[in-house]
Amino acid sequence: MTVARFWRKIPHRYNLIGTHCTTCGEYYFPPRQMCPTCRRDGKIESYQFEGKGEVITYAVIHTAAKGYANQVPYNLAIIKLDEGPSLTGQVICEPGELEIGTRVRPVFRKLGEESEKGMIYYGTKFVPE
Amino acid sequence: MRDVAIIGTGCTKFGELWDRSLRDIFVEAGVSAIVDAGIQGEEIDGLYMGNMSGGRFVEQEHVGSLIADYSGLASELHVPATRVEAACASGGLALRQGILAVASGYADIIVAAGGEKMTDVDLDTATDALAAAADREWEGIMGATFPGLYAMIARLHMHKYGTTSEQMAAVSVKNHHNGTMNPIAQFKNEITIDTVLRSNMVADPLHMFDCSPISDGAAAVVLAPADVAKKYTDTPIYVKATTQASSPISLHDRADITTLDASVVAGQRAYKMAGLTPDDIDLVEVHDCFTIAEICAIEDLGFFKKGDGGRASEDGETAIGSRIPVNTSGGLKACGHPVGATGIKQAVEITKQLRGTAGKSQVDGAGIGMAHNVGGSGGTAVVHIFSRDR
Amino acid sequence: MKVGIVSYGVYIPRYRIKLEDIAAVWGADAASIKKGLKVNEKSVPGLDEDAITIAVEAARSAVRRGNIDTSRVGAIYTGSESHPYAVKPTSTIVAAAIGAEPVLTAADYEFACKAGTAAIQTCMGLVVSGMIDIGVAIGADVSQGAPGDALEYTAAAGGAAYVIGSSDLAAIIEDTYSFTTDTPDFWRREGMLYPEHGGRFTGDPGYFKHVIAAAKGLMEKIGSKPSDYDHAVFHQPNGKFPERAAGMLGFSFEQIKTGMVVPMLGNTYSGSCMIGLAAILDQAKEGDRIFMTAFGSGAGSDAFSITVTDKIEDIRNGAPKVQELLADPIYLDYANYAKHKGKIRV
Repeated sequence: MTVARFWRKIPHRYNLIGTHCTTCGEYYFPPRQMCPTCRRDGKIESYQFEGKGEVITYAVIHTAAKGYANQVPYNLAIIKLDEGPSLTGQVICEPGELEIGTRVRPVFRKLGEESEKGMIYYGTKFVPE
Repeated sequence: MRDVAIIGTGCTKFGELWDRSLRDIFVEAGVSAIVDAGIQGEEIDGLYMGNMSGGRFVEQEHVGSLIADYSGLASELHVPATRVEAACASGGLALRQGILAVASGYADIIVAAGGEKMTDVDLDTATDALAAAADREWEGIMGATFPGLYAMIARLHMHKYGTTSEQMAAVSVKNHHNGTMNPIAQFKNEITIDTVLRSNMVADPLHMFDCSPISDGAAAVVLAPADVAKKYTDTPIYVKATTQASSPISLHDRADITTLDASVVAGQRAYKMAGLTPDDIDLVEVHDCFTIAEICAIEDLGFFKKGDGGRASEDGETAIGSRIPVNTSGGLKACGHPVGATGIKQAVEITKQLRGTAGKSQVDGAGIGMAHNVGGSGGTAVVHIFSRDR
Repeated sequence: MKVGIVSYGVYIPRYRIKLEDIAAVWGADAASIKKGLKVNEKSVPGLDEDAITIAVEAARSAVRRGNIDTSRVGAIYTGSESHPYAVKPTSTIVAAAIGAEPVLTAADYEFACKAGTAAIQTCMGLVVSGMIDIGVAIGADVSQGAPGDALEYTAAAGGAAYVIGSSDLAAIIEDTYSFTTDTPDFWRREGMLYPEHGGRFTGDPGYFKHVIAAAKGLMEKIGSKPSDYDHAVFHQPNGKFPERAAGMLGFSFEQIKTGMVVPMLGNTYSGSCMIGLAAILDQAKEGDRIFMTAFGSGAGSDAFSITVTDKIEDIRNGAPKVQELLADPIYLDYANYAKHKGKIRV
C-alpha cells in the first residue's frame, strides 16, 4: 500500500472511526460514504467505535499474506462490534484463548510495513477482553 | 432477445505449463474452439476474455488486443476484443458478456474465452495477486489471504452445522477421483481422506488439499444464435440462463458468512430465467476454490438444504452416478484453477457432458447442466444453465 | 504555579523470557547471572509491537485513567532509543492515536534511558510558562541488546506515559534537578542494530556518578533528606545498581522496594524509571513523598521530588496497574524470543 493510500485512512485505522447513517440509524465500519440501506436519502456522519465486540469466526493463518511471514501462525477473525457492524482483523492471543464468541477489545499494533525501508503501517488489532 | 448456443469448445491442459505463455495458451484454446465450431475466423464478431490479473501475474494489461493480435484477428479483421474482470469469476462473466452480445443481436459469432498464467510469479506474489479479489484496504492489510477468508467460512459452517474436516476432505477426494478421468486435469491422482487431513494447514481449518492449486490454463467457447447453430454443429448446446449477482466484496459485510448470497440470488435468477428447478439439473460444475466452497455452493444453489452439504458430500450424493453429480471435471481442486479460465472451462465441461462425449466421467442421460462461478469470497456469482435440447 | 502529574499509564507486553533460557543458549551459568543482576525474567515485545505501539498503549492508558480531554494536550514528547523510524516522529503517531491532533507541538527524544524523564521536564517547563495546558511525556522502548551480550539478559520492552499539567494533580512535582556530562559509557551508532557499551565503565563513571550527583543536588536544592521520602525509585538497568545507589544516598530497601520492577520486567530503558514510579503511584497514599532519579547513558541524571495528592484515589483504578500488567505472562523459549525480537530474519 502506498503512503497516501494508507495516510488517507489513518484516523479510521487508529481509532476505528466509521460512519453512522442518521436516517436509518445503522452504523458502518469500514466507513461508507453512501448508506447501503437509505442510499441517496441517507445522512452519513462520522462515528468512533469503542472497538469492543465478539468473534464471529476466525482462521489460523499458516501460509501468510505477503509481508506477514514473520507472524505465522496468526489469527484472522471477523469481529462483530457492539454497535453492529463487523470487520476483519487479527486477534492476538495464545492458542486456546480464541473461539467463536470470544469477547475482544482493540489494541494498537503494527499491521505491516511497505518494506524494510518503507513506511510502517499501524492500526487496530484485537485481544481477548 | 435471441436464444444463444455454444457451437464449439476448446481447452488447454491445466497445470504448470512452464513452456507456454499467456498468449500461447489463449491462442491454443481459441483455435481449438474455432476448429471445433468449424469456422474460419472471418465470421467472428467479437472476443470476450476473462482474465483476472494479467497485470500481476505476467505484468501484462491490454490482454484483449494482445490475444486478438496473436489469434490473427487484429491486423486485418480488427475484431473487437474485450477483457472482462471479476476476480475468479472473470471467465463466467466473459461468457455472459458474449451471450448477451449474441442475444441482443449486436453480434452473431462470438468467442468467449478465459485464461490465466499464474506460475510465472512466485507463490508470494500469486497469493498477493489473488488477495486483491478481497478488499485490500480493510481485509488484505489485516493479513487476510483467500484460504484465510474461506477458512473463516469453514469454521463457522462447522460451528453452526456440525460440518467436519472429514466431510470437507470428502469433497477433495471426490474431485480428485473425477480428475483422473479428465484428460486436461492438473491432478489425475486418487487421494484419500487421510491425504487431505494429513496435509499441511494452510489456514486452519483448511488443509492444503482443501485448496485449489495455482494453475495455468485457458478455455474458449464459440457462441452463435440458436437459430443458426445447427449450421455449424450437430450438437449445439443451448444457453437456458445466464445470470449474475453482486454481494458485498468483504466477507465481514455479508448477512450470513456461511451463505454466499450472490450464489443464492444468481441461482434463483437462473432457475427463473430457464423455468427450471434444482431437480431439473442433471449435473453441475460449482466453484470449489476450497472444499468448503463446494459445500456452500451445493446448498446455496438449492441442491441440498443449508447445513446439509457436508453430510451429502461425505455420503456420496454428489458423485458421478448420484442424483446430482458435482464437478465431473474434477472441479477447481483437481482440474486446476487458472482463475480467469475457470468459468469458461466449466462451460466446456458441461458442453462435453451434454454432448455425451465425456468418456469415463459421462453422466448418463445428461440433458441439463449448470455452471457456477464465484469471484472473490462471494462478491460476484455467475450462473449459467445449459441444455442439450432447445 | 504547581505542576505535576495529572495522570499516568503503563504498557508492558505479555511475553517474557526467563534468564535461564537465555543463559542456556550461551552456555552461561544462569544462577550466578541472576544473582549478579538481581533479574529473573524480562519482558519481550509481541511480533507486532515496537516502541510506537508501546508508546500509544501507554498514552491511551494515561488518557483513560485520568479521563483526559485530549484536545487539551499541547505537547507530546516520546523518549526512546528504539524509535522505529530514524526520521519520522513517534510522537505524531501517538498524537493521532490519542486524538490530540492537530494543535500541539511534538518531538521525539533520545537520551539513552532517561529520554522519558527529559520529556517530563520539558512538559513541566511548558506548563509552568503557560505555553501549554497539559503535555504528555512518554518513555517507551523495545530495548536492544546484542545476542550473547550482557545486555541481552535485561533488555526488555515496555513504556509509561505521564500527563503533565497544573490542575487536578494526582501528584505534585516539587522540583527537578539534572546533572549532565559527556561520558561515553554506552552508545549505538546510526544504522547499527545493537548498542555498544564500556562494560564496567558504565558503573562508577556512568550510572553512579550521575545518579548520586543529581539526587544529592536536588535534595540540597530543596532542603530535603532521604528520610523525608516514603518511596524512592532509581533507573533500573538491573536490580543491583539501584539498590547500591539507594544505599550510597541513605535510602533503605524499604523505600525502593515498591518501585523496584526490574526483577520481573527487565530493563525497559526509557521506560524503566517511569514504570517504577507508576508502580509506586499505583499504591501511594495522599501525602506520600516520592524521590525519583533517572539515568541515561551518555550521560546524565534527572532527579524529581514528588508529593502525592488526594486526587490519586480518583484516577488510580482507571487503568491497569503495573503489577496487573506483570501478572499472567506468556513465557517464550529462546527461539521464539529471537523471532519476536526480529533476530530471525524472514
